[in-house]
Amino acid sequence: MSALPLPLKGLRVIDMTVVWAGPFATVLLGDMGAELVRVESLQYVDVNTRGQAMVPPAMLTGQGGQSYPNRDPGPRPWNRYSQFNQTGRNKKSFTVDLTKPKGREIFFRLVQQSDVFIENNAADVIENLNITYDVLSKVNPNLIMMSLPAFGRTGPYKHFKAYGVIMEAVIGHTWLRTYPDSDPTSTTASFMADAAGGASAVFAILSALYHRIKTGHGQHIDMSQSENVTHYLSQALMDYSMNGRVQETMGNRDPSRAPQGVYPCAGEDMWVAISCGSDLEFRCLCRAMGRPELADDPRFRDSTSRYKNQDELDPEIMVWTLDKDHYEVFHTLQQAGVTAGPVLTTPEVFDDPHLLSRGFWETIIHPEAGTHVFPGPIIEMAKTPLHIWGRQPLLGEHNEYVYKDLLGYSDAEFQQLVSEDYIGDTYIVARERQQVQPSLDA
Amino acid sequence: MMQQQLAGDVLALSDVTVVDISTGIPGSFCSKLLADFGADVIKVEPPQGDPTRSLGPFPGDVPHPEKSGLFLHLNTNKRGVTLDPSSPSGQVLLRRLVGNADLLIESFGPGKMTDWGLGYEELAKVNPRLVVLSISNCGQWGPYKDFKLSELTLYALGGTLHHTGIPEREPVKMALTVIQFQMGQVAAIAAMAGVMVSKWQGVGQYIDFSLFEAQAGTIDRGGINILTSAYNNRQPAIVRAGPDSFRTIQPGGVYPCADGYVQITSGRPEWFKRMLKTLRREDLLLEERYQPFPDCLYRADLKDEIDALVFEWTLQHTKRECQELAQANEWPITAVSTMEDLFTDPHFRGRNYFVPISHPIAGEFEYPGPPALPAETPWKPGRAPLLGEHNQEIYCTQLGYSLEDLGRMREQGVI
Repeated sequence: MSALPLPLKGLRVIDMTVVWAGPFATVLLGDMGAELVRVESLQYVDVNTRGQAMVPPAMLTGQGGQSYPNRDPGPRPWNRYSQFNQTGRNKKSFTVDLTKPKGREIFFRLVQQSDVFIENNAADVIENLNITYDVLSKVNPNLIMMSLPAFGRTGPYKHFKAYGVIMEAVIGHTWLRTYPDSDPTSTTASFMADAAGGASAVFAILSALYHRIKTGHGQHIDMSQSENVTHYLSQALMDYSMNGRVQETMGNRDPSRAPQGVYPCAGEDMWVAISCGSDLEFRCLCRAMGRPELADDPRFRDSTSRYKNQDELDPEIMVWTLDKDHYEVFHTLQQAGVTAGPVLTTPEVFDDPHLLSRGFWETIIHPEAGTHVFPGPIIEMAKTPLHIWGRQPLLGEHNEYVYKDLLGYSDAEFQQLVSEDYIGDTYIVARERQQVQPSLDA
Repeated sequence: MMQQQLAGDVLALSDVTVVDISTGIPGSFCSKLLADFGADVIKVEPPQGDPTRSLGPFPGDVPHPEKSGLFLHLNTNKRGVTLDPSSPSGQVLLRRLVGNADLLIESFGPGKMTDWGLGYEELAKVNPRLVVLSISNCGQWGPYKDFKLSELTLYALGGTLHHTGIPEREPVKMALTVIQFQMGQVAAIAAMAGVMVSKWQGVGQYIDFSLFEAQAGTIDRGGINILTSAYNNRQPAIVRAGPDSFRTIQPGGVYPCADGYVQITSGRPEWFKRMLKTLRREDLLLEERYQPFPDCLYRADLKDEIDALVFEWTLQHTKRECQELAQANEWPITAVSTMEDLFTDPHFRGRNYFVPISHPIAGEFEYPGPPALPAETPWKPGRAPLLGEHNQEIYCTQLGYSLEDLGRMREQGVI
């Protein structure tokens, strides 16, 4: 059967998103067939999105250097930055300077021809550029505008600067996710809120598109990413609401699933996660470990006792896992009916037999960053199959398409805009540094 | 009254009908999102109730099937019926229910619905426009299709757990069940995509939603690291490096303060200047070891000096003071809140984020409010259904069964 048009085929989305949350939202929209047009600027280097225009050599030897293929930023680092390229698929890029009147006019012409405008900048960015919904809806009354700042567009924290990790602290996630015998300073930043914000924004946009089909009405959607993600802490939140109790971290444990934990396996820094969802599962675990008598031990009789006495149970499990491969433990336990999973390292994720067998990975050939595999679309639709149909755009790669094909600028006008630094493929700061460099050497 | 009526008319999804027979967080959160924006969600539970009803928290810590905080939160605005899908009469009921629905959400695992004669092909005969969203651990096919997963093991498989925590210890998960909520939020996108194709193109379809893939394909820290690793000969992108793993000499991570902790973010080079301004130490930038800027940010020998300055400052202030002082200079710091802090936070209170919802048995409590605020199509507060609360309304009034039929099905344990 030939595939039907993708769910969002024919819709154009203006993408002025930054960092992770917004770009994840537009990845999902692009996967579903929308045309994504990224608004970028030669004047402003967003280091959190495109990386740095000029990468300090000292950075390349540290953690940050890994953001570039083989720790080499190349002559145009912004086209080789992993954080951009992981969220860049299925998108187009054009450049414009929105701080100038002519740039605004260009942008308005694009707004007229678009269905959705999405941005997750700090709340004041859109106000300062004066491209708020009030302004844009006069240009295109059917426009759906999605704003997802960290804390929303009203309230005392409206202007707070924030990443996902900052929002997670405020809503109580950081407090709840450390080691039980330690304090919140002892775990890695999580950035779970970014993925949450991106997904929530897409759901809101789809609902608004659905409404627009019925009524013809566009609208503005304000979203506080931090409010959205409070839902994820349901049990702790409802416990405070119902009982006034402040929950503390439980680490890897869960009173309704005991024992639950991460146990060491053979090899350096290799682990397996085990999580017993019932008395039966615990009995199966004991049998699989060759320790059936543990299941009858009164200390481990039910989930409540096992949760209370897990410190005594953990060494028994650890002794069994310690010299085994984590995939081996995973398969042994799954076959025995016990919930378990290997704690995969990033390289192992690429080779996982299940993901490979389902064709999860897709290959992208990129002219400046090389050929690599990427996680494919995460929604498997039988009749409108999603896939990666376009690679990540180079900075300004689609200027010709946007200016000439979409907006109708002539060749002469296009050249004029090139000379005025609206259109280009190199950040101005990088161009100037490159021009200065030879004279310094000389 | 009039106003309520008007508000009801503009709910975005008011003409979407969903039958949700799933259990667990992802499916229930997915259909909650749909219901709160107006979809008519019929929550189908087994006669003994959704297992979530037995999970806490409970008011006063007394378990009661109508008082589970998790269940009440996950099932707002839904109507509730009961049926046993393993019984022939239950199967007939479910086929009748989906006859008029746009979407069915199920999570029984591969093959189960087909065994009951409720597979996609069968249901499509009843309603060709129906979308069936199957949420399962690892998808409907492939080597792991029958494997059991939980919050911890799902996060382990997705690849992000390995680099969360500190190097001397075992990896440590995210709090509670946040990954399953995230999966539910993505599943809601799948649901909407399916419904939009169904309504606009007139075609229903099957959606195979694998939690494992949704987790491995999510652009969180793990997702970014997958490409970073691919870019470097598949070396681990990051080792579990504790709170320091994302920083230069700029402070980053959780720092103790006078009354708790604050979260500091490392990021843009200009944030370092904002930090110095907040600490009233802008003079440092004039000193030779800080030349040139921002290259000095990569000088490991300056890290201790900066950390000492930051610790001294944070320890002198409360978490809210740190937040206010830093944010006034656009230096991203926030308080590490407890639930009490969150519920009393002036920002969340100022936006009236928490909404009181009353329930005839559990009572009135505050719930988290709208995940997004569309200007024209509002989010509506509403309560979760009692077990089987709408059996009569849906089976008799909507599907035309008699009260006698209902009684008989109840006796047979079908509903």
